[in-house]
Amino acid sequence: MTAETIHHAVIDHRRGGRLALFLEFWSYFRENRGAVAGLVVFAITCLLAIFANVIAPYGPTEQFRDALLQAPVWQEGGSTRFLLGTDAVGRDLLSRLLHGARYSLFIGCIVVSLSLVVGVLVGLFAGFIGGTVDTLIMRLMDIILAFPSLLLALTLVAVLGPSLTNAMIAIALIQQPHYVRLTRGSVLTEKTKDYVTAARVAGVGPLRLMFRTILPNCMAPLIVQGALSFSDAILGAAALGFLGMGAQPPTPEWGTMLAEAREFILRAWWVVTFPGLAILITVLAINLMGDGLRDALDPRLKRS
Amino acid sequence: MALLEINNLTVEFSTSHGPFRAVDGVSFSLDRGEVLAIVGESGSGKSVAMLAVMGLLPWTARVTADRLVFDGKELLGLDDRARRAIIGKDITMIFQEPMSSLNPCFTVGFQLIESLQFHLGMSRKQARNRAIEILRDVGISAAERRMSAFPHQLSGGMNQRVMIAIAIACKPKLLIADEPTTALDVTIQAQILDLLLSLQRETGMALVLITHSMGVVAETAERVSVQYAGQKVEEQDVAGLFSDPHHPYTAALLAALPERSSARRLPSIPGVVPGQFNRPTGCLFTPRCSYATDLCRKLAPPPQPPALGFALCHYPLIAGRPQGHPGNREAAE
Amino acid sequence: MTGDTVLIAEDLKRYYEVSRGAFHGHALLKAVDGVSFRLQKGKTLAVVGESGCGKSTLARLVTMIEQPTGGTLTIAGLPAVDASAEVRKALRPKVQIVFQNPYSSLNPRQKIGESLEEPLLVNTDLSKKERRKRAQGMLANVGLRPEHYDRYPHMFSGGQRQRIAIARALMLEPQILVLDEPVSALDVSIQAQVLNLLTEIIDRLNLAYLFISHDLSVVRHIADEVMVMYLGKAVEHGPRDEIFSTPRHPYTRALLSATPIPDPARKKERIVLKGELPSPLDPPSGCPFHPRCPLAFERCPREMPLLLPAGRSLVACHAVEEQEKAMSLASGKAA
Repeated sequence: MTAETIHHAVIDHRRGGRLALFLEFWSYFRENRGAVAGLVVFAITCLLAIFANVIAPYGPTEQFRDALLQAPVWQEGGSTRFLLGTDAVGRDLLSRLLHGARYSLFIGCIVVSLSLVVGVLVGLFAGFIGGTVDTLIMRLMDIILAFPSLLLALTLVAVLGPSLTNAMIAIALIQQPHYVRLTRGSVLTEKTKDYVTAARVAGVGPLRLMFRTILPNCMAPLIVQGALSFSDAILGAAALGFLGMGAQPPTPEWGTMLAEAREFILRAWWVVTFPGLAILITVLAINLMGDGLRDALDPRLKRS
Repeated sequence: MALLEINNLTVEFSTSHGPFRAVDGVSFSLDRGEVLAIVGESGSGKSVAMLAVMGLLPWTARVTADRLVFDGKELLGLDDRARRAIIGKDITMIFQEPMSSLNPCFTVGFQLIESLQFHLGMSRKQARNRAIEILRDVGISAAERRMSAFPHQLSGGMNQRVMIAIAIACKPKLLIADEPTTALDVTIQAQILDLLLSLQRETGMALVLITHSMGVVAETAERVSVQYAGQKVEEQDVAGLFSDPHHPYTAALLAALPERSSARRLPSIPGVVPGQFNRPTGCLFTPRCSYATDLCRKLAPPPQPPALGFALCHYPLIAGRPQGHPGNREAAE
Repeated sequence: MTGDTVLIAEDLKRYYEVSRGAFHGHALLKAVDGVSFRLQKGKTLAVVGESGCGKSTLARLVTMIEQPTGGTLTIAGLPAVDASAEVRKALRPKVQIVFQNPYSSLNPRQKIGESLEEPLLVNTDLSKKERRKRAQGMLANVGLRPEHYDRYPHMFSGGQRQRIAIARALMLEPQILVLDEPVSALDVSIQAQVLNLLTEIIDRLNLAYLFISHDLSVVRHIADEVMVMYLGKAVEHGPRDEIFSTPRHPYTRALLSATPIPDPARKKERIVLKGELPSPLDPPSGCPFHPRCPLAFERCPREMPLLLPAGRSLVACHAVEEQEKAMSLASGKAA
């Protein structure tokens, strides 16, 4: 080919490749202060959870018979032994909260992974195959959505037996329809685009088409949904725990802690308030982060 | 007094990669009843310049100009209320994609009546009658029935006629048409261009036609302004532009047209339009110009006098030869 | 099939059943309704028409993305309709496509190097190294640089993306390249570059092009043969020079006169067609062009015209047919 065709190359000094994509995403994300704050808080929570057994002054199930329902350090009757006070059987609240973070994050991760993987597979399949299969799957999802979610989860756990594992399975199930719908919607949009047809003309088979061609282009809304349903999962597990259908005592899961502390609302406010605050802060942080993610990944809001 | 006077219009966008100058010192004036074509390729800033006049740019754009005067009124720094009284009434604009420029949730009739009621203060009944009249003027048959149609129920050509109807409803002094036929089929394109020109003749309004098609320019314009990478590089009457372009870009553009070449290989212009990241110093056309010299690379050229089409070039072309060019003898060989 | 003919299409039809809502049953959309043509090595057949004429459906039929409802399609001597999986696999690499929109025809999440290697990955047993080498080679062939290999499509301009799309289409060494409005979305100066590239490729690789376009000036430059379509049928089909110098069908003439010419000195007789393009769901009776045709007479709404020879072209028009008959009678009398 002649020189003229080679001559012009856009001497684009921006870096190509994945690093550049990430940096661009980061520059949008960090403009949203709430999102960054959320990210920071979430990161701190993760660190606390990971290093819980190093940071926590005591074990989560260690009972101190001499310090039942002791107030937090700044109140009258409190001591520096138990910074946030103790509960009805003398366990240190701070240690329990720190270990509880592990559970909450664990629940979030497992539930989101489970529902994401299964939901995406089902949604991909439905969107790609179309026809009767698609209709059946979507009606099934509609049925799941028709039930009040917590009630459905409760029923499932009641059937399976109250435990943390079953609670996670139940919550993963009720989150399915969101992922399926999102994926299916994206697949339907992308399916008609030229690059998919080009891949078909190049001989790409249906499996590769689904997973290597179409799926990567549907990821953005799925990532956002994943972030937001992380907090939903934590709340769901806490709710189930509160109702006695999730993690069973003495597991220091925040919701279960709330359940145990119900009767002490007036007598010992700290046993109720601190687990509740922990849930509130974590969920808020994740939601802020998720919002920031969505704004940063939305191409329409991009500036250039 | 000219209808529209633009002097040194500059539009800068703040992007995540730094400021980007989409329009750079564009000046021209337009008289009443004149038909001006602004031609350029993508990145030339032709649409952005007119959107700046209309005040329709996003918040990331910074518009500056020495003068931006319409019908004696300074448009820069106008407050929103005063601007709304002019835009949509005395200056109107039609866009490229008729299907997405009309509101899909409202009927065609509603959108037409809305404009009439807001700008001319007509009553609903008056506006409705006038709307039907205007729809007939733009060549829509069964106008009364079409009033209750939604944009997606009409074809592209029909939608563009509706857009034109909305634009001329208040008898504007200036109509800006931004690539009005690019998204339409060829036979419909011809209909729409004819419609625009006949409306222009009947009402005596000025028409600014933004396009990238030299064919459309040749058939519709009286005067042509050529833009490249945000700058105006030439302005001439249409016959002069096609027979004797003064700027090398215009000449190269004309030469690259398949209609004007009979050889198997088209004389294409090497390179691409400079974007945000590869703007040359000196004259912006240097990397692609066959007559570029060191002077061109170092110093931004001044606009030549009107006789040479205001060409933004150190060595403007006359009959295809660059004037005052050092290597003239070699180039001629 | 002679050595040079790579594709024979006879009476290709593609109909779609479109549901018209719950209570109105189905309508038949005749997207392509009996089109015949041949493609030869080193030659370009241009298919010209406006929206709804069926040219994009034709592209999908020729690239075997869809099966025709009727008619036959023979590619490189093998029948492409209702072919066995083996035959289809063998035919796949022979026909490739380049799309109109350079911004949606490349996978945004795939580096262009990967995009180029993908056809080889799926269809051949070449090693990773060999694939990369070929892809790099093709990239250089279309005028891009090696460092572009690991970039994502959004870092390139429209013209460059179109080059990448062309490179990808050439990876499997096809015999036929279907080009669906490949330069319509590009600026004039880039259009010229890409057209030159296409000319160079057809000369060097001796391919056959099926060039779909609505832009007659581009068609005039690149085509050897032109077929004009209207509502799924060919209305005129002949050598390029004949079509442009002596267009016979009223639609062809209207198209030519509607195409703007970049020469203000040329005042032409403008034939402005009345009315809109009819919907393919509800075509007019008889000749589909008759409601808009300046030459329509009473035979037109009754009878569908056939493609008959007129000069060096084939024309489907009753008025032209009558004219030809009259001319041959006159010359017969004169003789």
